[in-house]
Amino acid sequence: MDSVKEDVLILAVETSCDETAAAVVRNGREVLSNVIYSQIDLHTLYGGVVPEIASRKHIEKINPVIRKALSDAGASLSDITAVAVTYGPGLVGALLVGVSAAKAIAFAADRPLVGVHHIEGHICANYIENKELEPPFLCLVVSGGHSHLVMVKDYGVYEILGRTRDDAAGEAFDKVARAIGLGYPGGPKIDRISRNGDPDAIHFPRAKVDDSVYDFSFSGLKSAVLNYLNGCQMKGITVSQADVAASFQKSVVDVLVEHSMRAAGQYGAKKFAVAGGVASNTHLREALQEACGKRGIAFYRPSPVLCTDNAAMIGAAGYYEYKKGTRHGWDLNAVPGLKLGER
Amino acid sequence: MKILALDTSGLVAGVALAEDDTLIAEYTTDYKKTHSQTLLPMLDALKKMVELDLRTVDVIGVAAGPGSFTGLRIGAATAKGLGLALGVKLAAVPTVNALAYNLYGCEKLICPMMDARRGQVYTGLYTFEMRSGAAEAGSEAAGTPESPMEMRILMKQCAMSVQRLADEVNRLGRETVFLGDGVPACMEALRPLLRVPYALAPSSCNRQRAAAVAVLAGFMAKQGRLTEADDFSPEYLRVSQAERERMEADEAQRELMRAGITPHRKE
Repeated sequence: MDSVKEDVLILAVETSCDETAAAVVRNGREVLSNVIYSQIDLHTLYGGVVPEIASRKHIEKINPVIRKALSDAGASLSDITAVAVTYGPGLVGALLVGVSAAKAIAFAADRPLVGVHHIEGHICANYIENKELEPPFLCLVVSGGHSHLVMVKDYGVYEILGRTRDDAAGEAFDKVARAIGLGYPGGPKIDRISRNGDPDAIHFPRAKVDDSVYDFSFSGLKSAVLNYLNGCQMKGITVSQADVAASFQKSVVDVLVEHSMRAAGQYGAKKFAVAGGVASNTHLREALQEACGKRGIAFYRPSPVLCTDNAAMIGAAGYYEYKKGTRHGWDLNAVPGLKLGER
Repeated sequence: MKILALDTSGLVAGVALAEDDTLIAEYTTDYKKTHSQTLLPMLDALKKMVELDLRTVDVIGVAAGPGSFTGLRIGAATAKGLGLALGVKLAAVPTVNALAYNLYGCEKLICPMMDARRGQVYTGLYTFEMRSGAAEAGSEAAGTPESPMEMRILMKQCAMSVQRLADEVNRLGRETVFLGDGVPACMEALRPLLRVPYALAPSSCNRQRAAAVAVLAGFMAKQGRLTEADDFSPEYLRVSQAERERMEADEAQRELMRAGITPHRKE
């Protein structure tokens, strides 16, 4: 009887940006439910996420989303072992809705509270569909707000090798998409239109950061695209949206793959994972898969629903934090600039 | 009936536990920490002190707005989370009404003010009077045969400029008591505009008190005016800045169209 390990069920909540999400995850890897309410249509009007509107929508949706996560999982609060919640980084007003609701539920249900770092969640999304994946591995996290190259040394133990110095990769996609008239959100739109474009039509720069071989910089690339567009306009040349998108995308992907593979070689990584919203980009997935294949490195990636912001990944990360003994007090606050590995 | 009440609409964070006519516990702070850091620890301290079994709570009262957007949402999300976990409904108490109720029995004009920035205050006008027969429209917290005094709402809570508020108060021409965190923020601008005698409430009753939220929540519960935790959202009384700017731009556009001017579009 004692040898039967007790299941750990995590109720996870994520509201760091414009998705209201809740999930129930068993033992860190089995997703019993994964509910995401996306506000994207609301923010499309404004060409990007409006923090106050996002926060107001989170308040409206938080309970129904959590309730559905519980009912989809066939669980009641009494079945839940602990409540995990994203407390940073992200939009402070948005984070506070999830943090406040999760704290109140944990408090009222007399369950422990585990605060989770949003990026740690993205990394742990890889555990869900890849049951055999265990640390150590190298992970590239690329999303609308983040671009990190992280060595995952153990569960919950991270070393950041590189990060963006300015725009996140996803941010660059949004800005370029806006400039060529594709609108918001830029990532999926550029991905789609690039299939009909020539990635070698225009050579955009592959930015290097002087004092770090692993850091990224995408603002120069964005400016190069804007300059190109201005130049064409002045000369009266018609711009091919598809060619600009494909060439820009190739430039981003080349840099991400190059830095990733340099780090993989340097650190002797046998396993490589990609995570975050931009990890859904088909060209990036293919390029990383190919680069890893050539070097005999096992390549992991979550399916698109786990790449976007979701709470299942927070449940996975929350499980490993819970097992490590991480517990947060009722004074847990949202930390918009939370660093990975901070408590 | 046991009521747990929360107020995080302004600078003050407050929690109170009331049962029928007894205030069992109340905890109020006005300190530099955020509500996210104070509210639940205060509730936890209160719970431990009076050995509260949360499952015995019947209704959660919450200061529903107006107020600081972020403050309102910390209270709202907390109330909603408690409501979900405990399976109880919420009483969405108008913030300014609860603030006014601090001055129970006052037959002068009661004017709560909360700093709403942009030259405005969240405010309303109230007074207490002896109940004369059936409860009238506009009366809040109707009295009882033993305690027949009730709060009458002379101007519903709203966001308005200090100038307009002064006009309203002068028009009513009654002695007025001001309270709320809008007093230190706006009294300097308001003072020269007032044509009525006035007083400022003391610190024992001049800020949000969760106990007042609990009393009004009790009235609402008796009248069946409760909200499902899932459906509750704060009453902001204002749209977001982005929405306001978009509406203003749309309106400007329509003005031009009406004037027969085709807006020049940038290529």
